[in-house]
Amino acid sequence: MSLQLRRKTHESVIYIDRDSAPRIMPSGEDFILEDLPIGTRVLYPNPPLKGLPNREAAIRYALNHPHGCDPLFAQLEPGMQVTVAVDDISLPLPPMATPDIRQTVLEVVLDMLAGHGVDDVHILIANCLHRKMTEWEMKRMVGARIFDAYYPDRYYNHDAEWADGLVKLGETKHKEPLVLNRRAAESDLLIYVNINFVPMDGGHKSVAVGLCDYESLRAHHEPQTILDSDSYMDPPRSELNRKCTRLGKLVDEHLNVFHIETAINNRMYKGDMDFLLKNEDDFTAFDRMKFEAMRYTMNKLPRPARRKLLHSRPAQYEMTACHAGKTDPVHDKIVAKGFEQYAIPVSGQCDILITGIPDISPYNVYSILNPLLVQVMALGYHFNFYRNKPLLKKGGVLIVQHPCYDDFDHKFHPSYIEFFNRLLPETRDSFVLREKYEREFANNPSYVEMYRRGNAYHGAHPFFMWYWGENGRQHVGKVIAAGAENAHVPAMLGWERADNLTEAIAMARSYMGNSAEITMLHQPMIGVADME
Amino acid sequence: MAGAAFYDLEGTLVSTNLVHTLGFYARRQQGWMQSFKKSATTLLSLPVFAVTDQYSRKVFNDLYFKRYKGQSEDRLRYFAHELFEEVIKPAVFPGSYELIEKSRSLGLRQVVITGALDLSVKPLMEHLNITEYVTNRLEFVNGSATGRLLPPIMAAATKASWIRTFAEREAISLSDSYAYTDSMSDLPMLSVVGHPAAVNPDMRLRQTALHHDWPILTLK
Repeated sequence: MSLQLRRKTHESVIYIDRDSAPRIMPSGEDFILEDLPIGTRVLYPNPPLKGLPNREAAIRYALNHPHGCDPLFAQLEPGMQVTVAVDDISLPLPPMATPDIRQTVLEVVLDMLAGHGVDDVHILIANCLHRKMTEWEMKRMVGARIFDAYYPDRYYNHDAEWADGLVKLGETKHKEPLVLNRRAAESDLLIYVNINFVPMDGGHKSVAVGLCDYESLRAHHEPQTILDSDSYMDPPRSELNRKCTRLGKLVDEHLNVFHIETAINNRMYKGDMDFLLKNEDDFTAFDRMKFEAMRYTMNKLPRPARRKLLHSRPAQYEMTACHAGKTDPVHDKIVAKGFEQYAIPVSGQCDILITGIPDISPYNVYSILNPLLVQVMALGYHFNFYRNKPLLKKGGVLIVQHPCYDDFDHKFHPSYIEFFNRLLPETRDSFVLREKYEREFANNPSYVEMYRRGNAYHGAHPFFMWYWGENGRQHVGKVIAAGAENAHVPAMLGWERADNLTEAIAMARSYMGNSAEITMLHQPMIGVADME
Repeated sequence: MAGAAFYDLEGTLVSTNLVHTLGFYARRQQGWMQSFKKSATTLLSLPVFAVTDQYSRKVFNDLYFKRYKGQSEDRLRYFAHELFEEVIKPAVFPGSYELIEKSRSLGLRQVVITGALDLSVKPLMEHLNITEYVTNRLEFVNGSATGRLLPPIMAAATKASWIRTFAEREAISLSDSYAYTDSMSDLPMLSVVGHPAAVNPDMRLRQTALHHDWPILTLK
C-alpha cells in the first residue's frame, strides 16, 4: 500500500490500520463483524445532506417555478383529463417513513387540480413489469385520504399485459418501439412524480419505461445495452440512458408531460440503527451496545422473522431538492443534486472488491432476496456504483458476503424459480438466454396471469435481472461467495464459495497476489465511486 | 410439435362445482313437492359429498351421480341452457377469459377435461369458444338416467391417461403443454405436462404446488 493511497483523501474513504476496529458487514438478514487486512480501503456513504425544512413549500415552489414550461396551474383548464403517474415501491429503499414524498406531492398537486376544476384525474403507478403493489402498500404510499378518494377506480397499477389499456406511440429512428399506457397517453396532461434514489432513476426513463409494455422494454433491457453502459449509474456514459432519452423524445412529441422530480439524502436509518452508517472507529459505547443488542436479538430469531423485522424498519430519508417542468432540465438538476450526495472521490482501482449484500433491493421489498437478486445486487448494482471507470480492476475478484440460500418467494417471483432451476444449469450466456427463452417466459400464460391478477413480477423479469449483471460478469475475473451456506447456488451463478470472509480473501489473494489492493464497500452503501 | 393447454373446469375456470348443477336440477322437478324433496335431499347430502371427495373422487362420483337416477334426459337437456345462463355463466372467473385468450394467442390447443356432465358443459364451451373438451356422460335407459356414468369416467388418473392418449393421437408435445386445475385429485393431470399450474387451489394442492415450485394462479 503506497503512502499516497494511505493518506486520508476524503471523509468517506477509510484505511484499515493495526488498531482499526472490526467492520460491520451485512450478510443477508444478518450483520457480522469482520477484521479486515491492514491497508484495506473502506468506502462509506457520504454524510447525509441536510433535508429541506419545509417539504410542502419546496414542492409548491417547484410547481410554480418550473423549468422549460408554464407553471402547473397555468396549464390547467376545467374539464381536462389528467393522469398523475408515480414511481412504484422499488423506490426508495427501504420504503420511507410516512408520509412518503409521493403523498406530499400528490396532496399538493391534487388540491391544485381540484381548485382549477380538473375532476377527471387518475393516479397511476408506473410499475412497468415490476410486481403490482398490494392494496396495503398503495395506501401506505399515498395516505388514507387520497387512497379512500381514488382507490380502486382512479388509483391503480399499470398493467403492461392489458392490450386494451395500451396504445402504440410509434418507433424511434433506431426502430425501438414504444407502447404506452393508454390512459396516460390519451390524457391532456401527464404529471409524473419521481423520487430519485440512484442516478439511473428518473428522467425519460420514468414515463418511457415505467408505463410501457414488454415489447417496448426488451428493446433496451437487453445485454448489449448493458455492456455498452459504463456504467448505467453514470447517465452520460450509459447506453441505457441514451435509449431512454430517444424514447423520451418520442413521448414528448405525443404527450404533454409535466415532470416533478425529487432528490433525497441517504439517511437510511436513524435512532436504534444509525450506527450502521458510521465509521466503526468512531463508535461510542452506546453504538456498540446497540449493535450487540441487535445482533443478539437477530440471532435468536428464525430467518423469516429477521427478514420481517428488517423490512418493518422504514427509511428516514429527507427531501433535499424538488424541481418540476420539462423532463430534461428537471432531471439534470436532480441528478446533479444526487451526485452531490452520492459521489465519493476515489483514486486508484482495486484488485479485490468486498461487498456485503444486505436484505435490501428494489425487487424484494417485503420479500426474499433470492439467488438471482443476490446476483443482481452484486454484479449489477454494487459493481456499477462508479463513475469514469470501475472501482475494481478488469479481471479482479469480487467477494460477495451472503448466505446464498436457495429460497424464493412463490407469490412475487414465480418465474425466477424456473429461470434459476431450469435455465441456468443449461447456460449463463445472456445472449443465448435472451434469444432462446425470454419470449417463452414473457408469454407463459401462468406468469402473465400471476402478474396481472396477483403480485408477481412479469415472466421476463428474471432475464432482465440476469442482464443487469452482465457488465460485472464480463469485467470480474472471479466472484467468491463468502459465507454461502450451500455449494449449489454459487455454482449455479458461476461463483466460487468460501466458508467465511477470511477464507475468501485468502482465495482472492492466491489469485491476485499477496500485494493485491483490497477495497470494501461499507453497506448500506448509497454512493457512487467517483473515480479519478 | 405443438403444445396444448388442458383445463379442469369447475373450481378452475368457473366458481361452481358439481353440487351447484345438482342443486339447480333439484329445484326444477315436476311439482313443488318433488322439487322441495329433491332439494332437501341434496342439501342433506352435502356433508357426505364433502367427506367422500376428500377420501376418493371415485367414491364421490359413485354417490353423486346416483342422485340423477330416474331423471328424464329431456328434462335435463331442456334446462341445460337455463343452467348455463343463470348459474354457470355468472360464475366464470374474470381471469379465465384472459388465460384462455393468452394461451390461444400462443397457438396452444385449448382442451377442457372435466368431471362435469356433457349437457351442462356444452353451452359453456360454446361461450368460451373451446371445441375440444371431454366430460362425463350419464347413462340413460328408455330416456331416464340410471345414476351411472358411461366410461371413461373423467376423474383423477383417468384425466392424465386421457391427456396422454390425446397427445399421442394429435402429435402434441406434453413438455410444451400446460395444465390448470384447482384440486389435489387432479395431481396426475398436472404431472404429465411440462408447465403445470395450480389455479385457486385447495390447501393440499397449494402445499404440493409450493413443494414442486409450480405457479399458483388466482383467476378470481
